[in-house]
Amino acid sequence: MMQMQSLNRFRRFFRYSWLALLVLLLSGCHFDMYNQPSIRTYEPSSFFEDGRGSRPNVEGAVAVNAAFYDEYFLTGLVDGVPGDELPLELTRELLERGQAQYNIWCAVCHGHAGYGVSVIAQRGGIVPANFHQQRLRDASLGHFFNIMTVGVYRGDPEQDGFRSMYSYASRISAEDRWAIAAYIRALQLSQNATIDDVPQDRRGNLGNN
Amino acid sequence: MGQIFPRNANLFVRVSIFAGLLGATTLILLIAVFFRSNAYRQVNVAIEQPVPYSHQLHVDVLGIDCRYCHVSVEQSYFANIPATETCMTCHSQIKTESPDLAPVRASYASGDPVLWEKVNRVPDFVYFNHSIHVNKGVGCSTCHGRVDQMPVVWQTQAFFMGFCLDCHRNPENYVRPLEEVYNMEYVHPANQRELGAQLVAQYGIMPPDQLTNCWTCHR
Ligand code: HEC
Ligand code: HEC
Ligand code: HEC
Ligand code: HEC
Ligand code: HEC
Ligand code: HEC
Repeated sequence: MMQMQSLNRFRRFFRYSWLALLVLLLSGCHFDMYNQPSIRTYEPSSFFEDGRGSRPNVEGAVAVNAAFYDEYFLTGLVDGVPGDELPLELTRELLERGQAQYNIWCAVCHGHAGYGVSVIAQRGGIVPANFHQQRLRDASLGHFFNIMTVGVYRGDPEQDGFRSMYSYASRISAEDRWAIAAYIRALQLSQNATIDDVPQDRRGNLGNN
Repeated sequence: MGQIFPRNANLFVRVSIFAGLLGATTLILLIAVFFRSNAYRQVNVAIEQPVPYSHQLHVDVLGIDCRYCHVSVEQSYFANIPATETCMTCHSQIKTESPDLAPVRASYASGDPVLWEKVNRVPDFVYFNHSIHVNKGVGCSTCHGRVDQMPVVWQTQAFFMGFCLDCHRNPENYVRPLEEVYNMEYVHPANQRELGAQLVAQYGIMPPDQLTNCWTCHR
């Protein structure tokens, strides 16, 4: 009699044990695959003191490709004076790349034609330079590259001096900055072109665009 | 000993078995529906940001290109959120006293980042890559909607697996010419399927059986 009872209890236990299995399955429902311990870009992290997952550059760090370029390619300066040479091959692709990049980065302030007329300029506060003034038409190519690399500082640091144009070196690659410089030169030529600049056999195309 | 339960209690027990099963199914369904609902996914919910930055003003009115701020979208898997320096290029001279911009100025002075809230996300077990889409003719507005009309960014759709697969199975329904990728107003032309098929061939987009492989997105 005693034995029967314990056998029954045993059976009953097994009959309902699937419930326990179900509970075990439920414990598989969790979110740690959705939010994994690895750090994604910009995710905060308690590991570092300042709470940032993305680490700022260590001081003195050199970019991977920086060593492949010479001084002139990265600054546009030869002995501190802007050079006038394009360190890349001048091709149609380069100018088209320059145009695309110019329209993203510079047209916002300097305008698509480079006259310093744009919506931002109209709002006041910022007075961008006109690329078609004589001083800049005479300036060498390296000057434009250098301005993009270091920006423009206006006035005296002691008295209300301020950065009127910020550096774009961290946002535009050196190749693209040279492409933009070449494109600005093309813009300047285009605004002062005469009929003599058009090859004889293309003159028929003028005006029927 | 007398009966505790009347005879019709049997019926109650039988019904409650079915009711229990029905209840359990409904509960599971409800949970599933909740996790796929727009409310849980925060779709069409404007997220409050530390700075009331408006894409409508900066993109639509001022005409700034997406890449001016989201620099790395062409080159990297990640479309970066602009550095404080990017805002300061203009706001060191425009609206320099605006109280709305105080967190930006504080961040520029101290070097601590502005704590933007993330709006769009996929789970960590999904690999998403911006550059491949942008460079093969998938426009921002296909996934993010008309950002240029948003004073505050919100998600226009949940990034379910079905959403990704719908395009990966038939990319020709969505791809556009490369120069239209950043055009927020782009509308697909009437002959999208022919044009799309042509572009798919031109850009060398992988065939659907490769694009729908699990390891494309889960790696
Ligand atoms: C945020 C607005 C803004 C943007 C964007 C901008 N600039 Fe400028 N830029 C200015 C302002 C303002 C000045 C006038 C500086 C001054 O005179 O103090 C200026 C001046 C210049 C000058 C003249 C420097 C000189 O010799 O006087 C050049 C060249 C120039 N910018 C090139 C560029 C190029 C190339 C780009 C695109 C990569 C660009 N800028 C983008 C605002 C801008
Ligand atoms: C002037 C700089 C600027 C420009 C131009 C800009 N954005 Fe943004 N964008 C931001 C900032 C800052 C944020 C983060 C704050 C927010 O979410 O509102 C952001 C956030 C976003 C987000 C949401 C990111 C997330 O958290 O998921 C999307 C999507 C986006 N931008 C798309 C675009 C598109 C598309 C364009 C071009 C039409 C564009 N942006 C142009 C500055 C800019
Ligand atoms: C290319 C220039 C430019 C850049 C870059 C830029 N802004 Fe602006 N911003 C403007 C202009 C112009 C206005 C409008 C000023 C006006 O109303 O006349 C403005 C207005 C604003 C306002 C409203 C201020 C007020 O008091 O009305 C906020 C907030 C703002 N910007 C935030 C940002 C943030 C955050 C960033 C960086 C992601 C940024 N802006 C980048 C040009 C810029
Ligand atoms: C194929 C769909 C798709 C396209 C096209 C697309 N995005 Fe995204 N975007 C996403 C997804 C998905 C996320 C969330 C990524 C994550 O959480 O890692 C995202 C996130 C973002 C973010 C937040 C930062 C990040 O990378 O997580 C920004 C900013 C952004 N997108 C801007 C843009 C811009 C600008 C364009 C157009 C040049 C664009 N996106 C095109 C799907 C897309
Ligand atoms: C509107 C169309 C479209 C949508 C939506 C879309 N994709 Fe794509 N995806 C593409 C195209 C086109 C390619 C390019 C294929 C190629 O490289 O040939 C691609 C490529 C990819 C790749 C790279 C494949 C590789 O091996 O190089 C990944 C990863 C990817 N998509 C993930 C996603 C995810 C995750 C989503 C959903 C959030 C998504 N995609 C939504 C069209 C889309
Ligand atoms: C085009 C990209 C893409 C491909 C290809 C893909 N997935 Fe997914 N998958 C996703 C995204 C995005 C999610 C996240 C959906 C969400 O947030 O709910 C996801 C989620 C999942 C989930 C979690 C359940 C869910 O819906 O949230 C599973 C399981 C899964 N995928 C399995 C697979 C398998 C198996 C394959 C191959 C047959 C596959 N996936 C191929 C993009 C993809």
